[in-house]
Amino acid sequence: MTAELGHGVLALWGALGFDAELMARYGPRVLAGLGATLALTALSFPLGFLLAVPLAMARREGGRLAAGFARGFSAFFSGAPLLAQLFLVYYGAGQFRHELEAAGLWWLLRDPFWCAALAFTLNTAAYQSEIVHGALAALPQGQREAAEALGLGRFALYARVLLPQALGLSLRPLGNELILLIKGSAVAGVVTVSEIFSATRYAFGRSADFEVYLWAAILYLILVEIVRRAVDLADRRRLRKLRPAG
Amino acid sequence: MALRGLAQAYSSLFRGLPELLTLFIVYYGGQMLLNRLLALVAPGVAVEIGPFAAGVTALALVFGAYAAEVFAGAMGALPRGQREAALALGLSPGLAFRLVELPQLWRLALPGLANGWAVLLKDTALVSTIALADLMRETQIAVGATRQPFTFYLVACLIYVALALVSSAVADRLQARAERGVRFAGR
Repeated sequence: MTAELGHGVLALWGALGFDAELMARYGPRVLAGLGATLALTALSFPLGFLLAVPLAMARREGGRLAAGFARGFSAFFSGAPLLAQLFLVYYGAGQFRHELEAAGLWWLLRDPFWCAALAFTLNTAAYQSEIVHGALAALPQGQREAAEALGLGRFALYARVLLPQALGLSLRPLGNELILLIKGSAVAGVVTVSEIFSATRYAFGRSADFEVYLWAAILYLILVEIVRRAVDLADRRRLRKLRPAG
Repeated sequence: MALRGLAQAYSSLFRGLPELLTLFIVYYGGQMLLNRLLALVAPGVAVEIGPFAAGVTALALVFGAYAAEVFAGAMGALPRGQREAALALGLSPGLAFRLVELPQLWRLALPGLANGWAVLLKDTALVSTIALADLMRETQIAVGATRQPFTFYLVACLIYVALALVSSAVADRLQARAERGVRFAGR
């Protein structure tokens, strides 16, 4: 069944004017690369978000120390290139091998995939915290005053009033950040993670056929377009709900 | 109409592709394309695109796509009345653009351009993957010689962060200068 489906796809691919034999040889590897790209983003984006919310709150509510830490974190991880951060984690870990082995963390930092996931999480956490921080700052002061007048504590103020509104405002910028992360994940290929980019680079190195880079381009453009449309849809639904009755 | 479609296709293509992929497509693909074209005119002649030229071209394509969006947004945000008023005062179309529209476009486009600059600065690190001797590449060499990867990559990161902070300070200065004489609600 799968084999027949595969033959069908290849026949169609050939009919479209592409090289079916090339696809038969390197297609599966590139498809596996797509899986790794998706896994990397699907892992780092939500984890980054979980870090981003407390970081954004620390900048608004925290004392000098917490706010300063959040600002420094954000400046460092959004100011340096993702590639440099990835090298810092992947190669940098080697410098502390004995300490990491003693702490039982070496297996994690020896693996390029987990290093990439860690670097991407920290990087996207910095960007997402900027977005959430900006959205919190954009909310009218009256929201806080009304919540305090109703006797809500600090936790309920954020959980019930400020964060739901700030996240609505953040929807589009967060979607853009997700797109940047998908595109940025190509650098994982540089440390031997076999994602879309490195799979096509391998295929190009073997076949010297430029067509394989077009596959990668098409895959990335499809991914970006899917995210763009999904975010567009979600944001329009959100705005429809917010529209006042009558 | 066709021109608009072309501009939109260019912009969404290069904003949708990973910068690393664009770089490789330009570096390897550009060379193949150039040599194939050359073979038509002068058979037997082959040229090589250096990593520097490929890096500059790829980053320029990406930044161009981004800046085009920024300028399109700025032009959309500028009220038509500005141009109409300038023409009504007797300014020629050229002068109206240079004295009235351009300074305002600059003010509106600056935040987007500054952001694009920050992204560009970080994207330069990617050229190290095609063997160009940039900050990242030199750091890799230093790491190879000293066996202290964490220290050297940390220093490299901090240099990039310092460049980003300086850039953003300059952008703030430029913005304040572009906004002199503009009044905002609530200030």
